[in-house]
Amino acid sequence: MARSVNFDLNHPLIEYGLESPADEEGVHDSFNQLIAEQSQNEEMFDTFDQGPLGRRELDKEHQDFVYTSSPPHTFREREPDRGEYELEEYGEQTDPLIPERWSSDTLKILSSMPSRTIGRNRGAIISQYCNKTLQLRRRRQSKPADRVFSRSSRPSIRAYDLEADTTDSESRDLTKQDQLVNNLQNLSASDRERMLRGMPLCLTVKKKLRELASQKEKQTRSSSRINCCSHFKLCIIKSWYTWSSFIHSRQMWKVPLKRVSGRFGTGVLSYFLFLKTLLFFNVFLFLVMGTFLVLPQAVYPPEVPANRRSFSGLELLTGAGYFSDTVMYYGYYCNYTLHRNYNSSTQAWSTVKLPSYNMPLAYFFTIGMAFFITCIILVYSMSKSFGQSFRIDKSYSILAIKTFCSWDFRVIKKNSIKLLSENICTQLKELLGELKPKHGRNPWLERLRRLMVHCLAWLMCVAVTTGCVIGIYYFSDYMHIENQKQGAAQEASLLALPVLVSLINLLLPGLFNFAAWVEDYISPSVRTYVGLSRNLMLKVSVLGVLCYHWLGRIATDGTDYIKCWESFVGQELYRFLIVDFIFTLLDTLFGELLWRLFSDKILKRQRKPEFDIAKNVLDLIYGQTLAWLGVLFSPLLPAVQILKLLLLFYIKMSSVMMNCQAPRRPYRVSQMTTIFITLLCFPSFLGSSVCVTYAMWSIKPSESCGPFRRLQTMLKAGKQWMKQLAEENASLSPLASAHAYLVENPLFLFVGAGIFLIVIYFHSQVLDGQRKIITLLQEHIKNEGEDKKFLITRLQSIHEQKRPSARKLTNQDSTELQEDKPQFSNYYGSSTSG
Amino acid sequence: MGNKQTTFTEEQLEAYQDCTFFTRKEILSLHGRYRELAPHLVPLDYTNNPDIKVPLSLIVTMPELKENLFRDRIVETFSEDGQGNMSFNDFVDMFSALCETSPRELKTVYAFKIYDFNRDNFICKEDLQKTLNKLTKGELTAEEVTLVCDKAIEEADLDGDSKLSFADFENMISKAPDFLSNFHIRI
Repeated sequence: MARSVNFDLNHPLIEYGLESPADEEGVHDSFNQLIAEQSQNEEMFDTFDQGPLGRRELDKEHQDFVYTSSPPHTFREREPDRGEYELEEYGEQTDPLIPERWSSDTLKILSSMPSRTIGRNRGAIISQYCNKTLQLRRRRQSKPADRVFSRSSRPSIRAYDLEADTTDSESRDLTKQDQLVNNLQNLSASDRERMLRGMPLCLTVKKKLRELASQKEKQTRSSSRINCCSHFKLCIIKSWYTWSSFIHSRQMWKVPLKRVSGRFGTGVLSYFLFLKTLLFFNVFLFLVMGTFLVLPQAVYPPEVPANRRSFSGLELLTGAGYFSDTVMYYGYYCNYTLHRNYNSSTQAWSTVKLPSYNMPLAYFFTIGMAFFITCIILVYSMSKSFGQSFRIDKSYSILAIKTFCSWDFRVIKKNSIKLLSENICTQLKELLGELKPKHGRNPWLERLRRLMVHCLAWLMCVAVTTGCVIGIYYFSDYMHIENQKQGAAQEASLLALPVLVSLINLLLPGLFNFAAWVEDYISPSVRTYVGLSRNLMLKVSVLGVLCYHWLGRIATDGTDYIKCWESFVGQELYRFLIVDFIFTLLDTLFGELLWRLFSDKILKRQRKPEFDIAKNVLDLIYGQTLAWLGVLFSPLLPAVQILKLLLLFYIKMSSVMMNCQAPRRPYRVSQMTTIFITLLCFPSFLGSSVCVTYAMWSIKPSESCGPFRRLQTMLKAGKQWMKQLAEENASLSPLASAHAYLVENPLFLFVGAGIFLIVIYFHSQVLDGQRKIITLLQEHIKNEGEDKKFLITRLQSIHEQKRPSARKLTNQDSTELQEDKPQFSNYYGSSTSG
Repeated sequence: MGNKQTTFTEEQLEAYQDCTFFTRKEILSLHGRYRELAPHLVPLDYTNNPDIKVPLSLIVTMPELKENLFRDRIVETFSEDGQGNMSFNDFVDMFSALCETSPRELKTVYAFKIYDFNRDNFICKEDLQKTLNKLTKGELTAEEVTLVCDKAIEEADLDGDSKLSFADFENMISKAPDFLSNFHIRI
């Protein structure tokens, strides 16, 4: 049922249309009623027409003119020409669809329509939330009670005052409030909290609702029996909330992150958040490895070889030497069930009263579990990020979105805000430039020229990358042979390969940037993607050739030089991580600090170097790939990565704050974050897990060290255990045969992958269908808009037809009315308020 | 919890926790921030819900809001009287709606209210022009501003009334993935 629309002209007149002409309290269910009321009021006005209150009617007509122009103040400026203006207005009978021609009543009806009042009007919020909670309750299968949603837009105090004026609205609102409270109380605690938090009401009203809901709940609780299941659920939920709020409040690095986002915006912040994410992945890995591998082996130390080297400083860089016979590397781990430890001082074995621990099995399953859980977490975060940034509907609201969504509310510093303003300005200008038709001298020649330049640039980049990769291939071979010749004496020469690779990783992106600068891309996002793909290509090929070198060459090399190839590969990865860290430090030092000093003192420019977000994130992903590759061969590598990330955070943070400025080019944060998480999942994690799987599946473990010595492949440990179980326990033999049939059979994997692909195909088809539905709905909305326009113009024409006589009067008396307006409105308002 | 605080009763803190996206600790720190805006005005003891409002001019001195282009609109939108005088409830509500865990729908509603300068429940061309002038600080020419406004309304207006109603605005925002991360003030 609709409220009577309050045509109190007193209120809007004085403020000249600054306030909504609609009554904020109105809840509208029926358009018919409004039209009926409107026609009733029109009849009322018609009777006034003839009476002595004709001037009041003129006043009302005058008010029509107030609404015919928007904004009203420009109308006032046109006062001297008012006569002509009015004539003009009525002269233009040809285009009745101009909103400016609509009368105040039409505008009032329009603005009171349900679709227009959503988001601000109390009634609209009430009805919207009514439906929401009703649906929620039906879903939760509780009794459908009536909902009351008291939407109070701000100001709520004024709303309450207005309520007090009309008795029926007050009673209705009270019942609505009761209904709302009833609904809230019938929801579960978590749903209620979620609903309360999500309501766009002011906090006072929310608190009152909550209080009423819990009061009633207490009353009903005492009368009905408490379901112990729901009580238990409530306890769980409460404890979960306290735990999560505890975690939330202990947010790591909260203050530095806020400083960075305040000064540089969300783009640079995303780099540091990505670093934090990686840190948590490594902490998880470290905990798993530490608990299941390192700790048991440390408790049961094995027999130490006689020629164990003593600690010298070089180990920290090379990872060899003293470290090679510690828990750090694969070679230290035993291949039997641990139940006794070796005392190196007494050189004897002693049994300890601790449970025995099957080392090979533990190693195998720990690595498998760690990778599996990391995979699940990665895919989950990737899909969540993808869901946030992917939009099915590819429509083109670019300018509108740029205007409303590009302002970064997190930026606090004045200079950064200036920069952000300039940024947005530039983007808008670029977009406007794209809208204008391009008039080139000869578009075909221009396009051909650009194509040539792009091809050349790409050719150069690919050639340089291939050259470097081949160089790494031959150099690694050369170093391998050299080290074999020289034996184990030259440890420092082991650092040559990591240094070369890090140098390539440092210098080549600079070359790619130069190529992009020469190419002069029009669209900045295309430039970012091209730069990203070139860097990615470089890193993937470098890692590929390195993996071949380690797994293809060293692992299968049968020489005596490397007795324990797994430990050697672990050490190589450790070296790569450390050298990569050192080169990142050097890059920060030279790239940012010295460049800033150079540009300040020598070039005397005010511009600081920019923080290249994409390059830095790719470096992080590269480091993480190395860590994942090395987990199998060096269980303590996640600890090294954790230390590296912690140091990197503080160094980068101080460097950014001191030396850099925010990126000048626009940076689409959520898209780039999605891309980075995807890159972390797909080339990085997938590649490393493929390598690890290959190492476990096909390569023969070394004979003299590690938990898998004397086995054909590492996987055989699992098979052996299954066989052992089956032999010991006859009832488990079907499990063993199932394992033998399913897991070891590659057909199972193919079938699984096939089913997965089919599911993905179905989902993409669903997406296509949804896109089609969206275009249909948009057409529908357009048609509805046309319908509305038609109805409104009909209303307006009816309104105008009913008052033809009054029009002539206004032309003469309008100027007099202008000065007398306030008094008239008061008079009019007081007489109609009753 | 070690120190006993007398700012709020337990029930009050629970009410705040249930109705906003903040934890107890954050609410207490918010009260500290609110108090330091006007120490002579805001009492330490809020157990009896005093009706104190801090004026707009003091609230916009906060570092999070000081340089924000839309600071006046934000404070006016969240204040009960519409003039920018905020009680503590309004203060908490403002930062809760703009925090990281606030849902998209809530942020959309408030973004619409903030951008609606003349509070007529529509974002009309004048509102857009004001927004643009604030964003670009007069760098764009008047002709460019008009062009951008016209284009933006053309793109986003679905039902053809050359104004953006809330439904149009919401539809447009749903296509902008950056909105959630940008429309966030960290306290």
